[in-house]
Amino acid sequence: MKILVPVKRVIDYNVKVRIKQDCSDVDLSNTKMSINPFCEIAVEEALRLKEAGTASEVIAVCIGPKIVKEQILAALAMGADRAIRIDVEEQPEPLVIARLLAKVAEQEDAGLIMMGKQAIDSDNNQVGQMLAGIMGRPQGTFASVVKIEGDEALVTREVDGGLQTVALKLPAIVTADLRLNEPRFTKLPDIMKAKRKPIAETTAADLGVEVTSTQQQLSVAAPATRQAGIKVASVDELVDKLKNEAKVI
Amino acid sequence: MSQYHPPVLDAKFILDQLIGFDGLCEKLQLEDINIDLADAVLEEAGKLSSEVFAPLNWDTDQNPAQWADNSVTQSPGLKEAYQQFVDNGWSTLTAPEEFGGQNLPQVLGTAVSEMWQASNMAFALCPLLSIGSVEALLAHGSDELKALYLPRLIAGEWTGTMNLTEPGAGSDLAAVSTTATPDGDHYRIKGQKIFITWGDHQMTPNIVHLVLARLPDAPPGVKGISLFIVPKFVLDENGEPGERNDVYPISIEHKLGIHGSPTCTMAFGDNEGAIGYLVGEPHKGLPYMFTMMNHARQGVGVQGLGISDRAYQQAVQYARERVQGKNKDGSKKPIIEYPDVRRMLLTMRSGVEAMRALALEASAALDFAHADNNSKEKYARLELFTPIVKGWMTEFAQELTSLNIQVHGGMGYVEETGAAQHFRDARILPIYEGTTAIQALDLIGRKVLMDGGVALESLLSDMAATANELSASSNADAQAFGASFAQAVDKARAAKEWLLTNAPSEKELSQAVCFDMLMAMGYLCGGWMQGRTLLAVIALTDANDDVYGEEFLAKKRISAMYYSQCLLPRALHHFGVMVQNPQALYEFAVDQF
Repeated sequence: MKILVPVKRVIDYNVKVRIKQDCSDVDLSNTKMSINPFCEIAVEEALRLKEAGTASEVIAVCIGPKIVKEQILAALAMGADRAIRIDVEEQPEPLVIARLLAKVAEQEDAGLIMMGKQAIDSDNNQVGQMLAGIMGRPQGTFASVVKIEGDEALVTREVDGGLQTVALKLPAIVTADLRLNEPRFTKLPDIMKAKRKPIAETTAADLGVEVTSTQQQLSVAAPATRQAGIKVASVDELVDKLKNEAKVI
Repeated sequence: MSQYHPPVLDAKFILDQLIGFDGLCEKLQLEDINIDLADAVLEEAGKLSSEVFAPLNWDTDQNPAQWADNSVTQSPGLKEAYQQFVDNGWSTLTAPEEFGGQNLPQVLGTAVSEMWQASNMAFALCPLLSIGSVEALLAHGSDELKALYLPRLIAGEWTGTMNLTEPGAGSDLAAVSTTATPDGDHYRIKGQKIFITWGDHQMTPNIVHLVLARLPDAPPGVKGISLFIVPKFVLDENGEPGERNDVYPISIEHKLGIHGSPTCTMAFGDNEGAIGYLVGEPHKGLPYMFTMMNHARQGVGVQGLGISDRAYQQAVQYARERVQGKNKDGSKKPIIEYPDVRRMLLTMRSGVEAMRALALEASAALDFAHADNNSKEKYARLELFTPIVKGWMTEFAQELTSLNIQVHGGMGYVEETGAAQHFRDARILPIYEGTTAIQALDLIGRKVLMDGGVALESLLSDMAATANELSASSNADAQAFGASFAQAVDKARAAKEWLLTNAPSEKELSQAVCFDMLMAMGYLCGGWMQGRTLLAVIALTDANDDVYGEEFLAKKRISAMYYSQCLLPRALHHFGVMVQNPQALYEFAVDQF
């Protein structure tokens, strides 16, 4: 079974996000970029499935301009066997991403698409679900445990009320939540080997997908700065403030 | 205690902009190795050091290695950390491919080593010493010894130690009295070695001791010392650890710092005699030790760098959080806003950046020497750098780790804050692997007087060229830096001439002024690196660089300027003391103390 793992290049989770002066977008110039942490968890899970003998090949797929090769190399260094880069200038919308991934998944005849539940930059949490819809495949989102048994994937999902386990008929789409695993530290020899692993390149046109845009980003803003706290003299004053100032009760 | 942020971007900047990493790799004929790969390597080493080794640092200090029944148990957590280090292949970084290494340039190994040392120095000493034994075996071991020991040492399956010091033989190794007696195809080693770092532990199934000892027919003094390999467990016919050898740790020291690093007294041959094998030829032990001296001594200099950076990072964190006094509008003032606190922080930052650049320049000198068929000239540059890196950087680390405590105020003097640990750990650095005095004597005697100042003049003329380039720039900062740096280089040239003229006729002169010369050269070399940093920053800024970014470049520029304004003058001071040849030092008689 082949596992396809989409990886996204995002601002590193340690970086304090800056807003461009004209508030048109997040300022990404000279900013440290990394693999989206949820994608990294997905790569790790795919590698574990391969190491357990469940999967035969792990293929990383990344959508973006040449620079995303950094994240592709990081996924290859973790242990993915090969990679595909879909060349696009700008990051497409979730629906387009899902369409592109659907084509690649078909071409590769992937038995499992293991992906992050969302990317930490735009926090959409849409691609996995859209991909399942487009391909007509079952989906197991917010996975904290994944087991493959025969032609089924048993996925434990983190839902509001607790844990829910679903059995998905393969091929299927699974999206990783934070607690699925702890990604490994990359080994030095694997960093060296990554450079020699194949990276195929394709375009949206080659895949027959039109890159359209239905959304327009109007502005971005930094979160309001937190106000200093105050001490209240009594419970009554607290209740009053919660009711009339904060308007939360 | 404090979070460690590995200096990935700064190391990349120095490798790329000051060392010319891609050009170096081409010269070394390393295909596919370039700055992008170096960046990926630094990134991963940074993760392991900050997420695994750094969090153990305080625990390691509080739970020292334990000795019982002639056996040492390392601090909790270190075995697992070591296993992770080995599993991830980090011990193989610079070792040759032939024995399972990755054959990456030394300079990259040094950049990575800084992170291990900064995150947990007591722990990182162990693999540092293994590299030393690998180097000794590579250079001098027979093919048989290499085949038996190198792959395991390089893979980190076994660790290595250096057994030089004896109760009566410290800085003066001529006094080594451990004996080696021929016994069939091997030797029996008898004697006691002290201060043996990581002399015993339970992290690996075998430990390989490299030991200096005398053969029965050895001439007295330094010319009669041979090098032996003494495994903790003698290898069986399959090359696996077999019988326990007669070498035991009979105690460990209770030290000021590096509590996680077991410092052992090793008893060789208290019973039937420890089985040892001769490395290379008889009586050549000391020259053999010198072949790995460059690496080992520079490695300790890098410890000074790493621990200073860790101390700096902690000081900044505290200075931002600690509030004392109020602004005019009544708001509370974090101490980082006070100029004197910023002076301390900038001294640390600028000093650390200068040290990092110098450490990498010096380590790249080894690569450049290799790339140039070990040409005499290139090798002389490397040899000149070694005592400066070891001596100056470890002395400077005393001041910088102390400043961290100062920034913390009274809290810094309290152990639980963790600032004291860096200070205590750093205190060993100017002592082991050749004290500061040994480095200073090495610099002034072997590296300057012996070749009539040729290697030094070659370095000074490179520095003068940098000074000219700075002065010729249209950038006002560069001009200012160039003027002060040119003055320092002139001072250095004058001091060199003075030394060459006067040292031969005055018996104690070189020994009396060597410390000031060492420190002067350190601050001067740091200035050279900061000057080159400034030139690179200006070029990148003019080219609207988008790799490092405006903010990074601005910080580098200011740090360089701070160095020229506040730290470079120390070079003038030390050269001044040197050529003044302070007579009081000679006048004060020994019995007047």
